[in-house]
Amino acid sequence: MSACLDIIDLSAVLANGQRVLRSVSLTVQPGEVRALVGESGAGKTMIGKAVLGVLPSSVRIVEGDMRLEGEDLGRLQPKARRTLIGARTALIPQDPLTALNPSRRIGPQMTDRLVRILGWSGDKADKRVRQLLDEVQIREPDRVLRSYPHELSGGMRQRVLIAAAFAAEPRLIVADEPTTALDVTVQKQILRLIAELQREHGTAILFVTHDLGVVAKISQKVSVLYAGKVVEEADTATLFASPQHPYTRALMAATPRYTDPFASLKPVDETVLAGLAAEIAAADQAWSRPHG
Amino acid sequence: MAEPLFSVRGLKVALPDMTRKPLIGRAPLAEILKGLDFDLPRGSVTGIVGESGSGKSTLGRALVRLLEPSVGSISFAGRDITYLAEAQLRPLRRDLQMIFQDPMSSLNPRRTIASIIAAPLKQNGLGDNLRDRVAEALQRVGLPQSFAGRYRHQLSGGQRQRVGIARALALSPKFVLADEIVSGLDVSTQAQILTLLERLAAEMGLTVAFISHDLSVIRRLCQQVIVMREGRIVEASATDALFDNPRQDYTRDLIAAIPLPEIDAGWLDIPSAGKPAP
Repeated sequence: MSACLDIIDLSAVLANGQRVLRSVSLTVQPGEVRALVGESGAGKTMIGKAVLGVLPSSVRIVEGDMRLEGEDLGRLQPKARRTLIGARTALIPQDPLTALNPSRRIGPQMTDRLVRILGWSGDKADKRVRQLLDEVQIREPDRVLRSYPHELSGGMRQRVLIAAAFAAEPRLIVADEPTTALDVTVQKQILRLIAELQREHGTAILFVTHDLGVVAKISQKVSVLYAGKVVEEADTATLFASPQHPYTRALMAATPRYTDPFASLKPVDETVLAGLAAEIAAADQAWSRPHG
Repeated sequence: MAEPLFSVRGLKVALPDMTRKPLIGRAPLAEILKGLDFDLPRGSVTGIVGESGSGKSTLGRALVRLLEPSVGSISFAGRDITYLAEAQLRPLRRDLQMIFQDPMSSLNPRRTIASIIAAPLKQNGLGDNLRDRVAEALQRVGLPQSFAGRYRHQLSGGQRQRVGIARALALSPKFVLADEIVSGLDVSTQAQILTLLERLAAEMGLTVAFISHDLSVIRRLCQQVIVMREGRIVEASATDALFDNPRQDYTRDLIAAIPLPEIDAGWLDIPSAGKPAP
């Protein structure tokens, strides 16, 4: 069986030639959650956008392959590629308020995608949306479907977007920091919901986050990114048991833990950053030789 | 027991509720803080934690009298400041300093870093030896002297927050309000800024109100914690006691909801939201 998502040696550059993704390779197996973790500028969101085919025009992919359930996205015509991505993937965004149209009610926003992209009938889409609202534990579907986004709380809006993402039975969901804007108790409920739906529907998830705590709780596999490069890749349990890369170890030591306050919150050592800079420079030099 | 720096009794704050403002006329008042009693001991860091809408930022702004309370009293260093007018507050301002979440919006874009740090010094009659004082403030927060001539947009987020700290501490205040000062910073930068504040607070004997949504950070930095919810204090106690022995279900839920960076297969299945722990 082919992987749900296979990214092989993906490199991308800005208009000025600066590399923003550096030979990124990663695989998401069917039904698996892979976390992409890194700090700002690590390129984690960009990888998600590349998969969904929504990279900003300033970023150009210059090398590498992306395969969605074995289909080579690079070999498809743009229209066929969009159709394939639309049918098999979905996004759970970070900020539900900007992801929803403020001037439209929730109901049509949720059914539109099913009707327009998948060609479902209105009735079928409506039934499906109600079923998913039930799965995300929204008890008053009529009220929610009639609401405008601003009439719902942050946690409620995120539930709506999770329901919308799962409604079309995608094979792969890109979740881009879906709980970053939420309070911790709401975050926990939302993470649990995503985990439940993911298991029930057997959906693969590429889970973008900056929070190693979230990585530990939600994922089975993890890729650690720095400056657009995967510096470490492992089973999540293995990564937390024995992190190999100095940067991964530094990130873990910097993350605060109430159970061990004085062994955590350690500033990242300068030598780690210098090592990373050297690693990136060496990789770029090796890459630029054949690529001029 | 020494007299606390802040003593707050029966504090209520009401603010205009803009979501209920009629088209013409004033917005009705909504009570944000619903009667708070607490002390802030001198020379210690107190964490104020709560979820969005709990009133923790409003509490901070009331302490430094950016807001006027509607009921209750705030005493600072033995003096009632609850209803002091701005002119009467002015001499106290140098002792009541603030560091905010986003230094990008609290630093003037058209002024150099040196001039930003110097402004409160000049206002408080410390205009002599300005160059030396600014140099000392930069050095205190670990910024090179060459930063004096730069502007905020030339700085990284962590560097901007160092400037925010330098400005707040330049006057050697008695009290510092730190409101979500590392939200939005990367975890490695966050560790640098927090350990810097921790060290300076101890060295300078500062009294700090540290507002945060992150209990892990609070456990490290704070000697006591106030847990807030919907404008009320749920629980207030010494930090270790709060974590080792939370008295309220809400506190227990807040702690249990923190995703620690370690494998715990049962974490997602633990009941939360108001249910008592087994």
